[in-house]
Amino acid sequence: MVTRAQKLTAFVVVAILAFLFAAPLAQSRNSGSAPRRIVSLVPAITEMLFAIGAGPQVVAVSSYDEFPAEVKALPKVGALLDPDTERILALRPDLVVVYGSQSELHAQLDRAGLRAFSYRHGGIATTLNTIREVGVATGHRAESDALVSSLQARLDAVRERVKGRPQPRTLLVFERQPGTLREVYASGGVGFLHEMLEIAGGKNVFAEVERESVQPSIETLLARAPDVILEVRAAGLIEKTTAADRDAWSVLSSIPAVRNRRVLLLAGDYLVVPGPRLATATEAFARALHPDAFK
Amino acid sequence: MITLDSAETDESPLRRPPPSSIRGRLAATILGFGTLAIVTCMLAPLVGTTPISLARALDPSIPFDQNVDAQIFFVARLPRVLAGALVGSALAAAGVVFQAMLRNPLATPFTLGVSAGASLGAMLVIIFGGALALGPFSTVPAASFAGAAAATAVVYWLATRQGHAISTSVLLLAGVTLNSFLSAIIMFVQYLADFAQVFRAARWIMGDLDIGGYDTLIASLPLVIVAFALFALLPSSLNLLSVGRDAAAARGVDVPRAQRLAFFSASLATSAAVSLAGPIGFIGIVVPHLVRLLVGVDHRIVLPASALFGAAFLVACDLLSRTVLAPVEIPVGIVTAMIGGPFFLWLLVRKS
Repeated sequence: MVTRAQKLTAFVVVAILAFLFAAPLAQSRNSGSAPRRIVSLVPAITEMLFAIGAGPQVVAVSSYDEFPAEVKALPKVGALLDPDTERILALRPDLVVVYGSQSELHAQLDRAGLRAFSYRHGGIATTLNTIREVGVATGHRAESDALVSSLQARLDAVRERVKGRPQPRTLLVFERQPGTLREVYASGGVGFLHEMLEIAGGKNVFAEVERESVQPSIETLLARAPDVILEVRAAGLIEKTTAADRDAWSVLSSIPAVRNRRVLLLAGDYLVVPGPRLATATEAFARALHPDAFK
Repeated sequence: MITLDSAETDESPLRRPPPSSIRGRLAATILGFGTLAIVTCMLAPLVGTTPISLARALDPSIPFDQNVDAQIFFVARLPRVLAGALVGSALAAAGVVFQAMLRNPLATPFTLGVSAGASLGAMLVIIFGGALALGPFSTVPAASFAGAAAATAVVYWLATRQGHAISTSVLLLAGVTLNSFLSAIIMFVQYLADFAQVFRAARWIMGDLDIGGYDTLIASLPLVIVAFALFALLPSSLNLLSVGRDAAAARGVDVPRAQRLAFFSASLATSAAVSLAGPIGFIGIVVPHLVRLLVGVDHRIVLPASALFGAAFLVACDLLSRTVLAPVEIPVGIVTAMIGGPFFLWLLVRKS
């Protein structure tokens, strides 16, 4: 019953978003020449821009942007919750990449007569489609098509590698209080993390939960009894990941993953950004889950 | 609130019933609320999203690390229920004490800034403390306790500046102001943090009893025991204090001492509860008023009854929080507010 309600909510939200953003998107795609001054407030899109050769057109990025290295030299103009509208306008951009929820900023850009490209995270298909859209919007259509094909080929190669192997029931954890098992956040059955896990030959223990994230109780963790626990952390945090931190799992020794020492830690921001590095992340997942397939 | 005040004067605690009758009522109340608390705490670990067999959970012939039922019972459910009972009784009793001491029916354990201090401590560790995570223990409970203690000290210092006795009006104003001030710092700290940290910080504020072990429980237990031992000295002076400090002083109460004792014991109970489970709201205000509606206003009865009822109430709310939307959990602070609020309003309207 809850799932039905969630489905309905999701549908309504998607419908509203589609209505709100379809028009400006279509507009931005059709308007004439390629933009020369792009401001990107979405790190995943910044990565796409640089990956398709639109990097030199980018004049500013968000305060969360760290990849590729070139962005470190660019001005930072705020992020999701605190975009610095004045500075953005002062940079005289001809294309601004905003996140789907930044409707106020979007409206301001519209009033200023600036093109906006609106985006929301979704699954792998969303990422690949967005790369194509970004290519069209920035005049790098050929490069973006090539990037999408190569990403698809790499994902297919991973699928092929792990094909026919037993799929370990996997808990994919992306957040928890260090040193304890409190506030564990795991991937539900929706979104790019879940899809990457399934391509990499793992079976998500929360596949049936139609949400991007689940905060399972200790009881639920014990009851789901995953064969593998895959923890992903954004880079920069990994140095602090000590053995003691991993030991937090040892109290739940009835979980096969804990008993058989299959609690795996992966670190790097590429693991959690739904951009052009998602094939690399999927390969890392597959190597962790099926080390034998990569010998 | 006017109704509550007039209800209090109708049955003034100054008109003491004879000792034999209070003893009988106390015994009956403790028996009633105690049974409720014990039954709730015994049933709660048996209920959950996963069906388990108690016989298998308690079977010593199966090694513990292979006995899923035993781990669910002893690692997942039991610490959670015990934490719920401890936190629920501490917050409810602290609510009773603060309401009597401040002579304000709107007072809660969080009115005087204790929870804001605890939250700021927890936020700082969650957001900047990644590097400080020492050893196997999380520093969040310790930091939130330190924050609560610091806030308590500041409020006490402010309220006793003008003399040796606590000024309750200064205490209230200082507490409320400190609350807002600390909340502003919390927002500022959150603003500097990244999304995952802000999310974790926000989640901490909603309250969580899923402690997954006994370490933090054992750390909080002595603090709560000390607080309850001090509470045991309070009821008679609270009865008199809730009428007024002059009346209390005229009847031989050492008012400054009674106020200090009330303030520090209730702050200690609140700090321990919040450091264990986050600032779970509503218990500290709903449970004392519910209990007063049921048993009258004599603190010799209200205080133990609230502690017992608070335990049962929070354990029951946590049971809902972990089962209703499973495998997704509703933060327990949301459940206490969503159940406690309307139920309390209904009782209030029905009574008047």
